Amino acid sequence: MLKSHLAAQLLNLLAAGLLLISFAMLSRRRTQRLITLFAWQGSILFLSTCLVAYDASLTELYYSAALTLIMKVITLPWILHRLMRRLGAQWDSEPLVNIPATMLVGLVLVIFAFGLAEPISMLATTITRHTIGIALAVILLSFLMMITRRKAVTVVIGFLAMENGLFFAATSATYGMPMVIELGIALDLLVAVFILGIFFFQIHEQFDSLDLHHLETLRED
Amino acid sequence: MDLLLVLGIPLLATLLLALPLTRRVGAELNAGMSFASFLAVSWLTLRVARGGPMLLWHEQFYVDPFNAFLVELTAFVGFTTAVFSRPYMRTEEHHGRLTPRRKRLYHSMYQLFMASMFVALLTNNMGLLWVAMEGATLSTVLLVSLFRTKASLEAAWKYFILCGVGIAQALFGTLLLYFAAEQTLGRQGMTALLWTHLYAVKADLEPTVLALAFVFLLVGYGTKVGLAPLHNWLPDAHAEGPAPVSAVLSGLLLNVALYAVIRCKVLVEGSIGSVLPGRILMGFGLLSALLGAFFLWRQRDIKRLFAYSSIEHMGIITFAFGLGGPIANFAALLHMTVHSLTKSSLFFTAGHAAQTAGTQRMDGIRGLAAINPAIGWSLMLGSIAILGMPPFGIFASEFLILTTAVHEHPWAAPLLLIALGVAFGGIFIKVQPMIFGDGRAPRLPHSPALLPVFVHLALALTLGIYIPPTLAACYNAAANLIG
Amino acid sequence: MRVLTFARQFGEVVLAIAIAPLFAGWIAQCRAWLQNRSAPPLTQTYRMLRKLFHKDAALAVDASPLFRTAPYVLFGTMVLAAAIIPSLATDLPFARAADAIALIGLFATARVFMSLAAMDIGTSFGTLGARREMMIGFLAEPALLMVLFNAFLLYGSTALPSLVDGYASHPSVIDPSVIFAAVAFVMVLLAENARVPIDNPATHLELTMIHEAMLLEYSARHLALIEWASSLKLFNYACIGFALFLPWGIAIHGADGASALLIAVTALIVKLALAGAALALIESVSAKLRIFRAPEFLAMAFLLAVLGLLVHLLLGVSTHA
Repeated sequence: MLKSHLAAQLLNLLAAGLLLISFAMLSRRRTQRLITLFAWQGSILFLSTCLVAYDASLTELYYSAALTLIMKVITLPWILHRLMRRLGAQWDSEPLVNIPATMLVGLVLVIFAFGLAEPISMLATTITRHTIGIALAVILLSFLMMITRRKAVTVVIGFLAMENGLFFAATSATYGMPMVIELGIALDLLVAVFILGIFFFQIHEQFDSLDLHHLETLRED
Repeated sequence: MDLLLVLGIPLLATLLLALPLTRRVGAELNAGMSFASFLAVSWLTLRVARGGPMLLWHEQFYVDPFNAFLVELTAFVGFTTAVFSRPYMRTEEHHGRLTPRRKRLYHSMYQLFMASMFVALLTNNMGLLWVAMEGATLSTVLLVSLFRTKASLEAAWKYFILCGVGIAQALFGTLLLYFAAEQTLGRQGMTALLWTHLYAVKADLEPTVLALAFVFLLVGYGTKVGLAPLHNWLPDAHAEGPAPVSAVLSGLLLNVALYAVIRCKVLVEGSIGSVLPGRILMGFGLLSALLGAFFLWRQRDIKRLFAYSSIEHMGIITFAFGLGGPIANFAALLHMTVHSLTKSSLFFTAGHAAQTAGTQRMDGIRGLAAINPAIGWSLMLGSIAILGMPPFGIFASEFLILTTAVHEHPWAAPLLLIALGVAFGGIFIKVQPMIFGDGRAPRLPHSPALLPVFVHLALALTLGIYIPPTLAACYNAAANLIG
Repeated sequence: MRVLTFARQFGEVVLAIAIAPLFAGWIAQCRAWLQNRSAPPLTQTYRMLRKLFHKDAALAVDASPLFRTAPYVLFGTMVLAAAIIPSLATDLPFARAADAIALIGLFATARVFMSLAAMDIGTSFGTLGARREMMIGFLAEPALLMVLFNAFLLYGSTALPSLVDGYASHPSVIDPSVIFAAVAFVMVLLAENARVPIDNPATHLELTMIHEAMLLEYSARHLALIEWASSLKLFNYACIGFALFLPWGIAIHGADGASALLIAVTALIVKLALAGAALALIESVSAKLRIFRAPEFLAMAFLLAVLGLLVHLLLGVSTHA
């Protein structure tokens, strides 16, 4: 089951790196930095998937690793960067976010995630089972980022990071979902980013900025 | 073969309608293709009604009584909505709110939406179900923002983000399901997520994991159903999108999302062997029904009003599924059908009413019965139907749900009654001045399509009096399956 | 034998005092390269020290004895710290005192003296710098403590020599919590040593300066001692970092041959060179934070260290099993 103790440790290390990047994302105000961090998150995901594939000798997982590399490390960050340039939003930042408070909430979320993942980790037979908690934490942290930020692009990066967390959860709990499903998810993701791109333009055209406070007028009345 | 037709026709239509050369006949082609898929679906359902459940395409697709009637309903409402949208969209174009390019986008995306709903309903694979649900969201996002007004952009953004987050939770739930399946069925790739396989071994699935999975799946798909604390996107998306989009969102998408929740509930209940999932559904359902009903009173926008009514009705249906047992399930399935028919007809009328008055604000819509009697009376009839007045079908299903609730959970019955009563007052008081009284408005440039409205209402009326034996058998089989 | 260990202890201290300015010079050089400036020679720091020692000291009229003794106290505490940090070997006479928490106390003493001395003259800059310095220190210390608790959880001790020894006894354990602790430690290091995101040692801009504001009244040998003490502090922090996170090459308990020592010296120099380059890189790519963002920066360091603890408790336990 476990080719080497080292592989498990490296995986734990990569998982910790993933968590670290999630926190780094929470602590960044500049949108462009977030895109870079997102790409880094993708590459860690790629490495860990490769490692699991190697360790469990699963060819299928190499494909999904390649998918990660193409989608999350190259294509999506590239699209996002381009979008930012086209919209003239490279220097967007969010000065008003209370970062220490967010991080504190994030810390609580991590504890919660670990608690929630405990029963699953107990049952899993994969070498990566201890990282399920981290995967869940990454999902929740990305969610937190989506809630606390007010720039459209940041929210989208949070959304994509959440997808990364889910993907990592899939790898660590079950050695990945069936290939067809993964392809479907990747397709959905790509379409989602495409639609969001169109959306950014529409929002930009209407409001002249990508600030979400313009999008808070519909209320109960 | 028939499945290929069911899935192929809307996909083909998506491509065809995206081409610029079909621009002139877009609306007609849209309606025609919808009719074609309606025929294909009918053929498929007929086969299931005669020969019982069947597995198709390497077990990846599964048609049983539960999804057969839903897919039939979906195809039917899809067709009538396409018919309705022809004059509606032409009027909007006339008012300058729509360009030909966006109309093309609308037609193409409409068919894609239909295709993804067919996949979601018919698939046997829980993973594919997720992919299709996400596809349904993606294809409608741009439809909600079709008019490109600030409010519609905001609504679409909210819709996208909230449903995106929700559906991500559902993906995690699906993942947990796969995880549990792998424990029991072994590592076998594609087949481990097949609903039929999971159903066969549901008692052996790990209860803790499934319980956790259910929470995530319920939150995920529940967001799309519009269950109470997760309903925020629903009124905005319904109010700001074009009327046909509101009609299919309310009449079809909510049903499909609820269908996904119930499929999961069947597995989870079998695994953990308790009524806990049912109780959770009852709680969410009651909360949604009450919240929807009370919020009705505060609405000023006609489409928002009916959107909240949808939340209320989805709450009632969820509550009924939570009650469980053959009668409540039967009633829930009936309610799904009738609500879908009635609510879509109401959105059709509301769309035309708003076009007539030039505003969606209810204080701007006055005297419809005088200006355009057909619109006025269909709004009246639709409201009566949605309020659960006899002899419309909603009365029958609500009555069944209430009596079951009184028998099994007496504490819930008064709450349900309050929700129904409050909703009754809310809608009645707001609809009545719109229909009667004085009003003056220019004629619509294109005559409204009220045939779909009357067909829907006639069907809803029929179902209140007489349920055809085939359909009743379908409901009964599905009700037994849901347990 | 005893004489020999004392000789080694003495050697370590002398080495530290000697190469600390070199380390500071190396960082300055790397920064210059990274910023496309022509770099000052490596010996620049030494030259400056020599120049300052040759000058006559000018003292403010109001200076109290505290003002005059502070540089010596500062230099003394840093030398003491250099003596107890296991930069080369763990088996040293002073090593018994090398508890990390004691070290934090030592650094705090130095900070208090520096701040008092800065306020002694009564100029507004001195007071401003001292207040800012105390704020940074007050925020950095808990973060540093958390980093050390991480190490404590790993090896069951807060004494640096036993950490290094503990690492040597099971070298294969890569604990994920180490990443968090290391990042937090680097952040604390930057803040404590007046490096770029918090303070910029190369400017005298009144709005931003912290460390430099405190030194404005010093001259000649006093200033030289303070500068030297600052570079020693940086050196000490780097060595704490090496002991915590990169303890390869340090001569461990029992290995006291000349070759082990030689390896230790080489390893130390290589690590210093790399660390200096890395620090210069961090400083070059990050922008100076406004002073009121500094608490945020350090709060992040603190939270990261706590996160490391959590990760260790919830995930790391199983790696040992």
